[in-house]
Amino acid sequence: MKKFLTALQLVITLLMVLFLVVPVLMSMLAGVTDNYAHGWRSGLTLRWVQQVWELYHGAIGLSILIALATLAITLVVGVPAGYALSRSRNRLARWLEGLMVLPVAIPGLASALALLVMYGSLTAFRTSAWFIVVGHVIFTLPFMVRSVTAICLGCDLKTLEEGAASLGATFWQRFTTVVLPNIRPGILAGALTVVTLSIGEFNLTWMLHTPTTQTLPVGLADAYASMRLEIGSAYTLIFFVMIVPLLTVLQSVSKPTGQQRGQRTNRMKQDQTA
Amino acid sequence: MKLDAIDITLQGCAKHYPNGHRALQPTDLSIGAGETLVLLGPSGCGKTTMLRLIAGLESPDAGGRILFGSDDVTRRSIEHRQVGMVFQNYALFPNMSVRQNIAYGLRIRKAPAAEIKRSVDELLALTRLTDFADRSIAQLSGGQRQRVALARALAPQPRVLLLDEPLTALDTQLREHVRGEMDRLLRQLGVTTVYVTHDQAEAMALGDRIVVMSAGRIEQIGAPREIYHRPANLAVARFIGTISQIDGDWTEQGLLCRGGLLPAPAGTPPLRQFWLRPEDAIVVPPELAHLRGTVAQAVFLGERTRLSIAGLSNEPVTVDITGRFAPVVGDAIGIQIRPEAWQANLTYAEAA
Ligand SMILES: Nc1ncnc2c1ncn2[C@@H]1O[C@H](COP(=O)(O)OP(=O)(O)O)[C@@H](O)[C@H]1O
Ligand SMILES: [Mg+2]
Repeated sequence: MKKFLTALQLVITLLMVLFLVVPVLMSMLAGVTDNYAHGWRSGLTLRWVQQVWELYHGAIGLSILIALATLAITLVVGVPAGYALSRSRNRLARWLEGLMVLPVAIPGLASALALLVMYGSLTAFRTSAWFIVVGHVIFTLPFMVRSVTAICLGCDLKTLEEGAASLGATFWQRFTTVVLPNIRPGILAGALTVVTLSIGEFNLTWMLHTPTTQTLPVGLADAYASMRLEIGSAYTLIFFVMIVPLLTVLQSVSKPTGQQRGQRTNRMKQDQTA
Repeated sequence: MKLDAIDITLQGCAKHYPNGHRALQPTDLSIGAGETLVLLGPSGCGKTTMLRLIAGLESPDAGGRILFGSDDVTRRSIEHRQVGMVFQNYALFPNMSVRQNIAYGLRIRKAPAAEIKRSVDELLALTRLTDFADRSIAQLSGGQRQRVALARALAPQPRVLLLDEPLTALDTQLREHVRGEMDRLLRQLGVTTVYVTHDQAEAMALGDRIVVMSAGRIEQIGAPREIYHRPANLAVARFIGTISQIDGDWTEQGLLCRGGLLPAPAGTPPLRQFWLRPEDAIVVPPELAHLRGTVAQAVFLGERTRLSIAGLSNEPVTVDITGRFAPVVGDAIGIQIRPEAWQANLTYAEAA
């Protein structure tokens, strides 16, 4: 009976995965098919991929630049903010935390509209890629801050810092020798989330973009809407080649390392004895 | 290794936490140079708060002053107080090896590399960690972590050593062993030490003097024997060791209780109850005894047997006898009281 249930579970899981993955695979396959209407027998080709690259490499490059700029800003703002939030557990801190999640909770279209109303008249800014970067920062910052706050609390950073201070370390010495090395996994996980979200973001970006500031997902929509199916599919293929490695790394770094897990169980033991 | 010893003075140090909780009542305390002072008390009585005040991790309420020797350090933050601190959970740096942890304080001080190496090697040897120098913290046992924490605190040659329940995280077997080592080490170093614990055995084994605390107040300060045998009040007596109450009525001859008449020394003021430590009773044949009861429970603890005796008073009375003696529950038993036990009872009567 138990064996049967396990088998059933496996089959259902596999079916679900197939249900989700097959269309994506089909789509990517379509991107390298000579003529989709005639099926794969018409032959495989990289022609479409090449065409997409020629038409949209600007958008792809811009997406990467925007993602990096977004990352840089969320690092500079988010890491200190997350650290500070973990230190002050008062009402103001919790209120700020809630406020920051707002852009994630409300639809991207709405935040974009707010930005347009606010800064739309500053033409130079509005037509530059920085306008999109600002949108992405607003959308991704909470993820960086959350990730950093969580690890600061998780590795009991306050006590580690007190230990360093008792040994004579000033704030900056503590920050560079104790804080940063110990929260690095959290920063890394946050960074990958930010980059992944930024590269894939469509709602907000679509509202904010101009013909000269087209990003990868916006180009994708354009390709789907106006080109032949094979081109849209080739685009998907390129998107996947870029995003899947990022997701894989994200998975592996956001898992707690063995060392930290050891500490955590130890602390639990102490809590029990105390 | 030998460290310089300075004395520490706390004057009128109280502590309110921002949430309004008063963790420490205004407190005066002098700690002698080179002394090991133990802060003892139940969980939540303010021991850690007092230690953190001395360390500089918290500042006392207005009016409080803390002096290291003649040096007023009240306004000085922890990084400039030159204290060595061992935290309850050790707070070792997980991103550094054992050697790097111990070297941290010297590295921060920008000591020359050769001096750091010499000093760390000496501490590794002193704490028997030489073979573990290059391990990461995650690869150490509890006892080893405790020694790394101690070595790390000692490396920059602190003026004061502050230890917050350093043995609590260890299992019982290890704790007793490490306690012995700690005693040896503290004596060898000669550094002024403040040691926080809620374990009375640890306090008595390690302390030159013990400060018994409860609810943010100091109840008594004294040498371990003094605290144990002449507790200032019942709260202290109850906290240090076991004590049983024998109720009765006062007569000319002594205290008349359910188990018989307990004769009092001449000049004893009238008492309503007698407080008995388990080791202050001597078991004798019932027909020769002042007090008679029956064995309600006998727990064999190896070197001794702990008896709970019914029929002496309203509540069972706890008495220790040698482990070789094996009474059976229900046996009639007689006890005499050691005359010395009266002394503490006079103090309680006075304090009440
Ligand atoms: N940062 C803090 N904020 C508010 N209350 C605290 C804080 N630290 C300790 N307390 C309270 O102060 C009292 C004494 O705490 P503590 O000094 O840690 O006791 P002990 O070390 O003797 O167990 C406790 O009731 C505790 O809850
Ligand atoms: Mg404590």
